[in-house]
Amino acid sequence: MIPKSGYRFSEKIMLQQSQMNMSIRFEVNGRAVEVEVEPRLTLADCLRHALHLTGTHIGCEHGVCGACTVLVDGAAVRSCLMLAVQAEGATVLTVEGLSEDADLTALQKSFRKHHALQCGFCTPGMITTAHALLSEEPDCDAARVREVLSGNLCRCTGYIPIVEAVLEARAAYRKDPA
Amino acid sequence: MRTVNSFIGSPIERREDLRFLRGRGQYVDDLDRGDMLHAAILRSSVAHGRIRTIDTAAARALPGVHRVITAQDLGAPVPRVPMRLQPLPDFLRFGQPVMAETKVRYVGDALALVLAESPALAEDALALIAVDIEPLPAVGDARSSRSDRSLLFEEAGTNRAMVFRAVRGDAAAAFNDAPYVRRETLRTARHMALPLEPRGLLAEWDAARGKLTVSGGAKVLFFNRRTLAKEMGLPESAVEYVENDVGGGFGARGEFYPEDYLIPFAARLTGRAVKWTEDRREHLMCLNHAREAECDVEIACTRDGTILGLRGHAYVDVGAYMRTNGAVGARNIAQFMSGPYRIPHIDIDVALQLSNKTPVGTYRGPGRFETDFFRERLLDMVAQDLGIDRVEFRRRNLVTRNEMPYRIATITPYEKQEEFDSGDYHATLDRCLAEIGWAEKAKLAGQLIDGRYHGLAVGCFIEGGAAGPKETARMVLERDGTYSVYVGSSAVGQGLETAFAQIAADALAVPIERINGVFHGTTSYVSDGYGAFHSRSVVMGGSAMLVAAENLRAAIRAAAAARLGCAPAQVEIVDGTTAVGPNGASVDLAGLAEGGMSAEGEFLNSKHTYTYGAHAAHVAVDPKLGHVELIDYVIVEDCGRAINPLTLHGQAIGAAVQGLGGAFMEHLRYDEEGQLLTGSLADYLIPTASDFPNIRAVVLEEHPSPINPLGAKGAGEGGIIAVGGVMANAVANALVSLGVEPRELPLTPNYIWELVQARHPPPAGGGLPSLTRRAIEE
Repeated sequence: MIPKSGYRFSEKIMLQQSQMNMSIRFEVNGRAVEVEVEPRLTLADCLRHALHLTGTHIGCEHGVCGACTVLVDGAAVRSCLMLAVQAEGATVLTVEGLSEDADLTALQKSFRKHHALQCGFCTPGMITTAHALLSEEPDCDAARVREVLSGNLCRCTGYIPIVEAVLEARAAYRKDPA
Repeated sequence: MRTVNSFIGSPIERREDLRFLRGRGQYVDDLDRGDMLHAAILRSSVAHGRIRTIDTAAARALPGVHRVITAQDLGAPVPRVPMRLQPLPDFLRFGQPVMAETKVRYVGDALALVLAESPALAEDALALIAVDIEPLPAVGDARSSRSDRSLLFEEAGTNRAMVFRAVRGDAAAAFNDAPYVRRETLRTARHMALPLEPRGLLAEWDAARGKLTVSGGAKVLFFNRRTLAKEMGLPESAVEYVENDVGGGFGARGEFYPEDYLIPFAARLTGRAVKWTEDRREHLMCLNHAREAECDVEIACTRDGTILGLRGHAYVDVGAYMRTNGAVGARNIAQFMSGPYRIPHIDIDVALQLSNKTPVGTYRGPGRFETDFFRERLLDMVAQDLGIDRVEFRRRNLVTRNEMPYRIATITPYEKQEEFDSGDYHATLDRCLAEIGWAEKAKLAGQLIDGRYHGLAVGCFIEGGAAGPKETARMVLERDGTYSVYVGSSAVGQGLETAFAQIAADALAVPIERINGVFHGTTSYVSDGYGAFHSRSVVMGGSAMLVAAENLRAAIRAAAAARLGCAPAQVEIVDGTTAVGPNGASVDLAGLAEGGMSAEGEFLNSKHTYTYGAHAAHVAVDPKLGHVELIDYVIVEDCGRAINPLTLHGQAIGAAVQGLGGAFMEHLRYDEEGQLLTGSLADYLIPTASDFPNIRAVVLEEHPSPINPLGAKGAGEGGIIAVGGVMANAVANALVSLGVEPRELPLTPNYIWELVQARHPPPAGGGLPSLTRRAIEE
């Protein structure tokens, strides 16, 4: 369950700030949510701290590292560069929404098989970015994978196993698997 | 100790991945507490100055701000960040107050801490604090530091914190008699580990129980607990350091930083949970820096290429303070400048020079990356001078397996003799050459093909592991017959839970599924712990697990013997599930003891292990752009015993790419006034997915370490150590016809282009540049 709550201000502060706060509605991982946020709150902070979807990570807050990548209306977006209020009416998909309870998805299995993650911090952004790429271009080649993933920093793996994992997962995204 | 099981050595997929891949990891910033206050820290924007006033009135008046803390609130004297490694008395003079008291000494020094109801409000309040600092001349590098014209610590009277000296044999005599000598000055730039997760802490004070809990610990939680308990006047048992998932360490994350005191202090002061998460700019200016060093070194050889001696001076820019492990890099530069080579006469001193920059600490392969660049670069220059094949030159001087254990230079002050434990350094060099196809590719060396010059290089390295003094593990037989493992080692993202489950399963002779959890780092799990540094976790924690498993099996035998009416020695444990007596009667281990059964084990060690190997590279250099394409890169290392080849391979590749960042792009730049110019990830460039696609790693286990029961030597750093030297040599080899000799890292396009512009083609037929080489002419 995703609770409906504002940022965790104390009551006193909530009163003082309530006039500044804005109420927004959008869809996250298939659920409709309504949250009260300050206009300056980023979507990343909103997801993490107001909606407790902490799978989205914040690595730089200036749009370089890609750890906070989520899908907004199907497009891979850096949620640290987008204000929560800009998500009004949008459909947002995070790493939690790309996961299943029972088992790993084909993309996740491929990451595990290729040891495409170590510390796990960049991983949600890699998964969301790769998912966006493979959804649109299931036949992309290694150069294209590298080009797209070059917007996501990883300090552990050296990227080589990540590229291998994404290439192997292409089959699962093809409509007519060869 | 080997059992019928063989999980050790299997490429088992990681347990950790199941949570990380689904966004279910739990990093410290993921934690929220209902009544939590958020901390933000005001940092000095002046590199060097005397604090006149700090006016916090406007910040305190901002609605939502709970409190503002400055050094005056911390008592006198303000606590210092301790030295964890090399805690020599001389270093005490240069310790970092957890908040600047009278002076600021680098851009990033903490001046005030705001506690507010949200992170945004805390940051708003920072902007309202008025600080008046009288600027002093900034010390920008080791050279101006050495002049002592501006002193960081006036009372010390010097900017030189220490000099380490590595000595073996009689270098002066060796150089007097040497037929050939070459002297070079070489430099490495300032880098940092840059783990992808910024630091964070969540401190909670339970006033009723007098208990402090600090989440967000990493790497060395037991040391940090000891330090914090002492500084806060609490018994150690009243402080718990909790290890959450950690988004990368590489030596820098988890050391005791000023915030490790400030955040718990704030929690106790306010009685509220306090959380702090640094932003990336803070990270770049406050996490330990590393690698900035210069050496002026001489090598002496015979005419046939036998190295006689190595001597010289090096200077490490250690930044503004000496903190926890800030001396390690300099120490290692001194001891490992000789690398895996037989150099009978050594005299290297390394001065630690303070500057008005971020303090340094260890970063993966500390000192070793720098000194490998210095040494391997020098070796290629010497081989060219002497007209000897550079591979043959290395073969002639590598320590042989028959010389093991091999004594290396001894460090003063204070250290005992050190020796390489075991290995065949020639074998890894040969394997590396075979893997890259050296014989075939050698024809390409220096060739201009389609506008780019091709170059090859190979270099050798030594990686130290297994730092003592000990590690502790505890194994528990749970009531349901599964096993839990608790260990003092720490996970920083390297896959420790999986590797340790493999070791535990083999030690207990059970299927790996019966190891239900590996619990690490947190200080309440075992009686003492030493954590994750110096490639020690598998060797030390793994060996401690073997001891704990033996102890647990003994306890199980004793308990089963009591049930079965026989002697413990007569009990056989089958599949880790059943205890069988001499007459065939058996008892199920599940429920053997109410509440489970537990045994602790310790592994003590005073010697180091030495993983070793070689790297080779094939590059193509565009002389017009200064761009280097890495066409092929091979790492070969022998780490004694591979617990999990899948994760080990990942460590080697990942380390190499980190090293390539250091070799080609990473550089923490400052201006003359000590302002950090690379305060974002748009300025401090690290490799991305498109930079270095062609890297291969071969991990061997031909020569197990004789000094621990696993035979492991530690791994994770070998992939980075040789990269700088190999890349510089590959570029030099490619541009040999232009006489290009890189003497600095990083090899940025600008730097290479400048070297090409200043080309000095070597004289035809010989290639002896204009340097000291007495005896060639003999």
